[in-house]
Amino acid sequence: MVVTHSPVSTSKRMQVDEIAAAVGSRFGSTARVSRGSSGVALSIALLDPATLPAISKFLFWESACSFGGIVVEEVQNDWRLSYFFLSLGSGWMEVLLEVPSSTPTVPSISTEVHAADWFEREAEDLFGLEFEGHPRLGDFVLHDQIWPEGVAPHRKLQRKTMDTRRDRLRHRPNAEWRPLLVVRDPGAFAMPIGPVYEGGLGQSVHFLLETVGEDVVRAVPRLFYNFRAIEKIAEGQPVSRALLIAERFAATSSFAHSLSFCLAIERMSGTEVPARGKNLRVLLSELERLRHHAGAIAGVCESTALSVAASQAAIIEERLLRASCQFTGHRYLFGLNTPGGLRRDFTAEACAELLKVMDQAVGELHVVEQGLHFTSSFLDRLENVGIVDPERARDLNFVGPVGRASGQTEDLRRDCPYTGYETYQFQVPHEIEGDGYARLRVLFQEAYESAKLVHQAANRLEPGEVSVPCDPPARGVALGWAEAPIGAALHWLRLDDGGLVERYRVITASFNNWLGFRVAVENFAFQDFPIILASFGLSPTECDR
Amino acid sequence: MSFWFWRGLRKGMHTTRYPKASETAAGVTPGRPVTTQFASVQQAALAAQVCPVGAITAQDGSAHVDLDFCIHCQRCRFGNSPPMDWQSDYEWTTLPHGLRRYEPLPRAYRRSMHIIVVDAGDCGACLHEVKQLNNPFYNMHRLGMFFTATPRTADVLLVVGPVTENMRVPLLKTYEAMPNPKKVLAVGACAVSGGIFGQSFVSAGGVSSVLPVDLEIPGDPAPPLAILHGLLVVTGRKAPVGYQSSLERSA
Repeated sequence: MVVTHSPVSTSKRMQVDEIAAAVGSRFGSTARVSRGSSGVALSIALLDPATLPAISKFLFWESACSFGGIVVEEVQNDWRLSYFFLSLGSGWMEVLLEVPSSTPTVPSISTEVHAADWFEREAEDLFGLEFEGHPRLGDFVLHDQIWPEGVAPHRKLQRKTMDTRRDRLRHRPNAEWRPLLVVRDPGAFAMPIGPVYEGGLGQSVHFLLETVGEDVVRAVPRLFYNFRAIEKIAEGQPVSRALLIAERFAATSSFAHSLSFCLAIERMSGTEVPARGKNLRVLLSELERLRHHAGAIAGVCESTALSVAASQAAIIEERLLRASCQFTGHRYLFGLNTPGGLRRDFTAEACAELLKVMDQAVGELHVVEQGLHFTSSFLDRLENVGIVDPERARDLNFVGPVGRASGQTEDLRRDCPYTGYETYQFQVPHEIEGDGYARLRVLFQEAYESAKLVHQAANRLEPGEVSVPCDPPARGVALGWAEAPIGAALHWLRLDDGGLVERYRVITASFNNWLGFRVAVENFAFQDFPIILASFGLSPTECDR
Repeated sequence: MSFWFWRGLRKGMHTTRYPKASETAAGVTPGRPVTTQFASVQQAALAAQVCPVGAITAQDGSAHVDLDFCIHCQRCRFGNSPPMDWQSDYEWTTLPHGLRRYEPLPRAYRRSMHIIVVDAGDCGACLHEVKQLNNPFYNMHRLGMFFTATPRTADVLLVVGPVTENMRVPLLKTYEAMPNPKKVLAVGACAVSGGIFGQSFVSAGGVSSVLPVDLEIPGDPAPPLAILHGLLVVTGRKAPVGYQSSLERSA
């Protein structure tokens, strides 16, 4: 798609109150503005679906809001769609739209807000909704060679019929299926990579790289090989079990996801977590970020075949994994978060031991960073490679460290604080070059900031409770958010009368960023591809859910 | 460039002595719940109740654990009183249910075994732990084990994840492309039993419903040493848990 909009710099960042007033005056007859609840600051209900693209454009481009995602719900005779936008510094907004189920057509906003592209394709596949004006629908979550047309497995009707094993085995793979090739030129060819590549050590994802020679002309990542339908299998489950799913669908940022989930439940029931619980949550979140970034740095070094540096970073990562296990009982911090706080408390000695190992690891990370800064053969592979400029990053709504390397300064810890982050002192490092080296620098800087935050949190630990009882309420809806190591993680939840999950929606940073990954790959040479992939550090499984 | 040379040398060895000696460093394994004798029948029943996946069964005051289903949520360890006994080991590889005999790969594979990994719906944890086998702490190469990029040269297939509908065909194709003799290892609770994802319209609920599985390595995720133990079992240098080889039996 061609960028037709003005860049960010010309638009002024608007606060929620200003936006409410502006929407009221501009879209007064077709939109009803009200105070939101359960984590949402402002709710805009649309009376006429036709205004949706205009209002989305206004929020994303003129008010400089960031796009959160789309939540689709099926209520009796209607489709209810919520479009989430974040006004940085003043909170979440939702644009509500109801469409009668007899005519499942919604105007597409992806021509105005390009970041909504994949969200609409996903809703089309899983719910059978039609997005009018969307340039390309079909073959997305449900791969066309496996799934028959018109399945829409997330619809409520399907709950009974889809669950049987017999039904699952009925789909026979279609051997005739071929991907759509666009590049037509003498000598043009397509290079397929995946879903089993790097000896299977890469997560399942398929790339189709179209080329006429050395440079990649068109890159098409094909995801959802790991589609486990967690949103669907959580339906009808008690909250305690849905929490296990939230924790286990993307393990490298499991603490952030379970935290985001628990925050939604706590917001729903109005529970205030005790100070010690909050501080420990910050400590563990930052420990996870530090460990994740050490692993991502090891990945970048490995992709450039700089073995010693990769090994050094891998040693740091394994040390942190072991320290996490010694401290909490699990290498990936499973089983700690619970609605109302944490499941267990830690002794001061254990904290001191953790800090000791962490400080040593951070010291070693500094040495690795210094070494890399002076290794020209390494820098040659990263500098000016895989560039995403700030305008493009804004257009595609990049989040997390990848976005911050391309001039997007959004960080939920600072811009929409949760679990007490507003009381902490920290920097949000960002770069504007948007190349592989900028992404690597952001990873290092964030890792150091995380270590500082762990120290701050440890210093604040006063004796006290780590959790309070928190029973999920019967009936409720809430949005939870957390800044996962890869970027914003949103968990949206609606509970039914019995306190069971009625609809569960997970929006991950990987889903957001995979959309724009092709921008970084296109027009760069084949041999740069693994390095760009590693410097993005995206998780297919977190995207697939 | 000489910086990295000296840096690598100066850092010294980190590699574990396993399998020659057992690894005792803290944090290499999350451990596992084991059969626990409780003071009363009620306490045992309570421990079984707290398990969200039904891995614990109570019988006459003692609680038994089926590690195949355990997802390491630790609810029976923290927050349950009294807690289950917890054992810090990592040699967990077992034969699949119903399989009695086991033949390791021929001796020729002991110093040269090539492994291909397939991510069939994994959350990233098991795959990450498999990847750790290449780091200096575990250094799989010293044992003559290597990851290979193509199924044509692979002897062992490591499968992680519950086998999603979209990954079923790539998994089968990988298996079919491998030459004989070949072994299939299911790594992690999801690959062994479906784990938290279970059996649904997108998940086959374990590798055994798609492929014949030779060995199972439970754990959520299975720590690197547990996976290494599984690989040593494939080469015949270790025995599966609870399995006596015919050699030992006759002796």
